[in-house]
Amino acid sequence: MMNFIARVGGATRAWLADVGHATALFVRLILLAPACLRRFGLVRDHMHFLGNYSLAIISVSGLFVGFVLALQGYNTLQRFGSASALGLLVALSLVRELGPVISALLFTGRAGTSLTAEIGLMKAGEQLSAMEMMAIDPVQRILAPRFWAGVLVMPILGAIFSAVGIIGGWLVGVVMIGVDAGSFWGQMRDGVDVWADVGNGVIKTLVFGFTVSFIALRQGFEAQPTPDGVARATTRTVVMASLTVLALDFVLTALMFKL
Amino acid sequence: MQRSTTDVWVGFLVLLGAAALLFLALQSANLLSFSWQKTYAVSALFDNIGGLKKQAPVKSAGVVVGRVQDIRFDDKRFQAEVILALDQQYQFPQDSSLKILTSGLLGEQYIGIEAGADTANLKAGDRLQATQSAVVLENLISRFLYDKAAAPADQTSGQ
Repeated sequence: MMNFIARVGGATRAWLADVGHATALFVRLILLAPACLRRFGLVRDHMHFLGNYSLAIISVSGLFVGFVLALQGYNTLQRFGSASALGLLVALSLVRELGPVISALLFTGRAGTSLTAEIGLMKAGEQLSAMEMMAIDPVQRILAPRFWAGVLVMPILGAIFSAVGIIGGWLVGVVMIGVDAGSFWGQMRDGVDVWADVGNGVIKTLVFGFTVSFIALRQGFEAQPTPDGVARATTRTVVMASLTVLALDFVLTALMFKL
Repeated sequence: MQRSTTDVWVGFLVLLGAAALLFLALQSANLLSFSWQKTYAVSALFDNIGGLKKQAPVKSAGVVVGRVQDIRFDDKRFQAEVILALDQQYQFPQDSSLKILTSGLLGEQYIGIEAGADTANLKAGDRLQATQSAVVLENLISRFLYDKAAAPADQTSGQ
């Protein structure tokens, strides 16, 4: 019995210490923003790696999501005789939900895992300890540029995803099925609000950028310095980042679009 | 050399993102259509506004000529006070009348404005007098049922 209570206590203490370490790291990364801006070259290199190389997967997925949304949306809307609202349906679902969430999930898979594996291997190869020996702070030199690059790149990718998706919806809806182009764009323009819909979508992607980059970097930084540990950390990045993105999306949607 | 090519690619990415945002703001949303035009505000009292919401369109002959700016409750008269922002380029006579209409059977509600015959035009801050409330479906149904129930009774009493 005592043993059980002690184990609960130990687990709670470990959990609290974990939360504390994570918060401390997060606050440090935030506070390192000016230092990163001063040496923007580092951030830019990682923006190139995280952003440009994710461009292909983001735009192709956006295109196909747009295609499918238009096909499915047309099928449903046409039953109620309101196929002209197809543009509105495609634009609202992309800008509000699918753009931010799917691009964040893809970003996790494409860029988050590479961040974790990179940092984890650096740790396994004792590069991070070596840096510390040379009085270079690995959090400032290695983690912060990657973190801010991820935060900056995520809204760009989300916006590209939504825009490409709308073009995909237009291709299937207007060019292929033959919905009237005027009502497609007109209903979209009437129903989508710049600040309430597009703006909130951008805020969502920004929040997801913070979330995914931070989880990926922390998992790499805290990984056991063994091949097995790096593999586990990479897996944990995907699971944790995806679940956090989905949960945060629910909370943000509840806050932003209360009716 | 390495440095400058990375610069070009990142710049390309950022510009692409900006273009995507601009596309979303201009093509799919209504950034241009409502922030540039100057408007003047007029108010009106309605007995019942039904499901009218802020930003609902104000239409005349089917053309959007303004938007609902604000909806308040006047607790002196127990009526709803609706503030309309009409586009400066459209002028209406002072005795124009307002009606709350529904687009389609189950669509959103909007305000229809019908021009009157007065020679003086509406100015900012004016209050429109002739208003017609929203049709509330429940009231219609209950009146219909009441008439149905009352009709046979009248016939029997008449005979």
